[in-house]
Amino acid sequence: MQVRWPLVVLLTGLLGGCAADSGSGVQSQKMSTITQRGKLVCGVDGKLPGFSFVGSDGRYSGLDVDICKAMAASLFGDPEKVEFRDLNSSERFAALASGEVDMLSRNTTMTLSRDAAGGNGLSFAPTVFYDGQGVMTPAVSGIKTLKDLAGKPICVESGTTTELNLADRMRELGVAYTPLKFQTGDQTYSAYLGGRCVAVTSDRSQLAAKRSAFPSPAQHTLLPEVLSKEPLTPATTNADPAWADALRWTVYALMQAEELGITKANVAAKLSEAKGNKNLADLRRFLGVEGDFGRQLGLPSDFVVKVVGAVGNYGEIFDRNVGLGSALRLDRGINRQWKDGGLIYSPPFR
Amino acid sequence: MADTINALSNETIPWWRNRRVIPLLVQAVVALVVLIMIAFLLGNLVRNLTAAGLLLSWRWLNQPAGFDISETVLPFNAGLPYWRALLAGLVNTIRAVLVGLVGATVLGTLAGMASFSRNGLLRGIARVYVELIRNIPLLLQLVFWYFVVFLSLPNGTAAIQLPGLVLAKSGLYLAGFADGLRWVGPQLVNDVWQAPLRLSVEFGALLTGLIVYSGAFIAEVVRGGVAAVPKGQWEAAASLGISWITTLRTIVLPQALRVIVPGLNTQYISLAKNSSLAVAVGYTDLYSVAETTLNQTGRAVEVYLLLLSAYLVLDLFISVLMNGVNHLVQIKER
Repeated sequence: MQVRWPLVVLLTGLLGGCAADSGSGVQSQKMSTITQRGKLVCGVDGKLPGFSFVGSDGRYSGLDVDICKAMAASLFGDPEKVEFRDLNSSERFAALASGEVDMLSRNTTMTLSRDAAGGNGLSFAPTVFYDGQGVMTPAVSGIKTLKDLAGKPICVESGTTTELNLADRMRELGVAYTPLKFQTGDQTYSAYLGGRCVAVTSDRSQLAAKRSAFPSPAQHTLLPEVLSKEPLTPATTNADPAWADALRWTVYALMQAEELGITKANVAAKLSEAKGNKNLADLRRFLGVEGDFGRQLGLPSDFVVKVVGAVGNYGEIFDRNVGLGSALRLDRGINRQWKDGGLIYSPPFR
Repeated sequence: MADTINALSNETIPWWRNRRVIPLLVQAVVALVVLIMIAFLLGNLVRNLTAAGLLLSWRWLNQPAGFDISETVLPFNAGLPYWRALLAGLVNTIRAVLVGLVGATVLGTLAGMASFSRNGLLRGIARVYVELIRNIPLLLQLVFWYFVVFLSLPNGTAAIQLPGLVLAKSGLYLAGFADGLRWVGPQLVNDVWQAPLRLSVEFGALLTGLIVYSGAFIAEVVRGGVAAVPKGQWEAAASLGISWITTLRTIVLPQALRVIVPGLNTQYISLAKNSSLAVAVGYTDLYSVAETTLNQTGRAVEVYLLLLSAYLVLDLFISVLMNGVNHLVQIKER
């Protein structure tokens, strides 16, 4: 019998490995890669206050960053097990497709051609910020509408939806203009601040965020016109549906937590409440006390508790980074919960 | 005797020791290995693209581009197809490369010859120029020219105005013929300068950067070529009382050209390739258009294939031209 021990150990190991895999019921190459690596690699902008920005302490913060942290908490139970990669708008899809980053959380607009398998082939998670394209001009320029920009140079970042929307809208209006395209946001805003263009166009939240970092923010105004819909959405690729689902439901968990009134501060209390009361079936399922939602996604059963405990719910993330609790002071607007008349809506956790 | 040699060579040498067979065999094997590797890589590419549902397709070239290009030689608008956008970008690249080549050659030749001047100040300036410029990365220089120098120009009514010429933050405006044979100078219309001839500051910054950078390298090539001409040629000319500049022009340079031209070829090709840094200063060249196209269509492999072949053809064309020039300046053996 003694001779056979190594064989038994080996067999147990093999079968154990199989059991763990089949036990989760989820086959995802991406997720096993991430688990083996021990950290999530998340593609962000890195230069956009409120969304993803490196602070004076050398740490990333922002709404996009918190989505990455939420996903890390969901996978590992630890929001710090994430590595951020700064990507410009031209690099982002190639970096995702090549596997250099596991996911994008980089103020990226969801569009048909980016989603479609015959286009960029991305798989979009739920939209985390409903935005619209705006135009910023110096207050002294006297420009009040898009038509005042006739014949004038406008700075825009190349490879963005804003570049195309600008072309479309100006063509509709029959206004001739001069687009000046730059590869990175830094170059775009440097050229604008250098006075090369009389206007710069981008998502309204981004304009507000960049303006907050200008030497004198009060000297720049946003035109009232909104050129387009810009739903800013985290994304993975079409190649791994299980991984896309894990991200999708982690983001929904943030929204559902806000709807149920679960916050970073009270999540532990809610958990013990759910454990103690068998009648709170909804809450018990959501927090993983009963049911197997986590296992179905290939995540730990208590992933919701870990996520909310790490970064708070959607409302907390919004307020802390771009809302009234931040330097940007953006209104919740259409980013309110659906019960309050907004667009933030999580499907049921069932 | 002949019979012996024949007998020796006819004596069957085993093929694995035959000096005529072995090298051919080795070459054949190497060629085969290379072909198999290429076939493997291509097969891999096609297999993976098929798996991702992205077979090579060129139909997107005929779809409307949907983006605008600010400064084009060929007329372009957002309604025209992608291939027109890429063509407009290519023409913009060629425009920058052509002007850049001429400018860099003139500047480089002057700086190269100045380093042989008997005027110490001129020699010093040439040395400082070469050492300063060729030791700083080109991208930094371009960004410097654009953001620091050109964007510091005054704008609107404060622009630098000379008869028939205006230099403003938005570009250089020159008088010229418009609407037939009417001579029109630069005018300020609705706070925007207008003129028959306009060069944007983006183009200006790119050109300045390329010319100054390549000029420094060309100066070194010219200096090397002139230094290669034996000192006796200078002394012989001096003993005949020929002036310095005439010696250089009629005796030394024609001989130096034989050394200079092959070196110039390399510099010209570098300049053409470096022009793709235009995207950093907002000039819409081929690379910039290709990048936007890639983003909008998601056709990475096709766009990069086009881009690679465009730069390859451009550089090969420059090489062929320079080989022709090289042929002209070589010593004619009669």
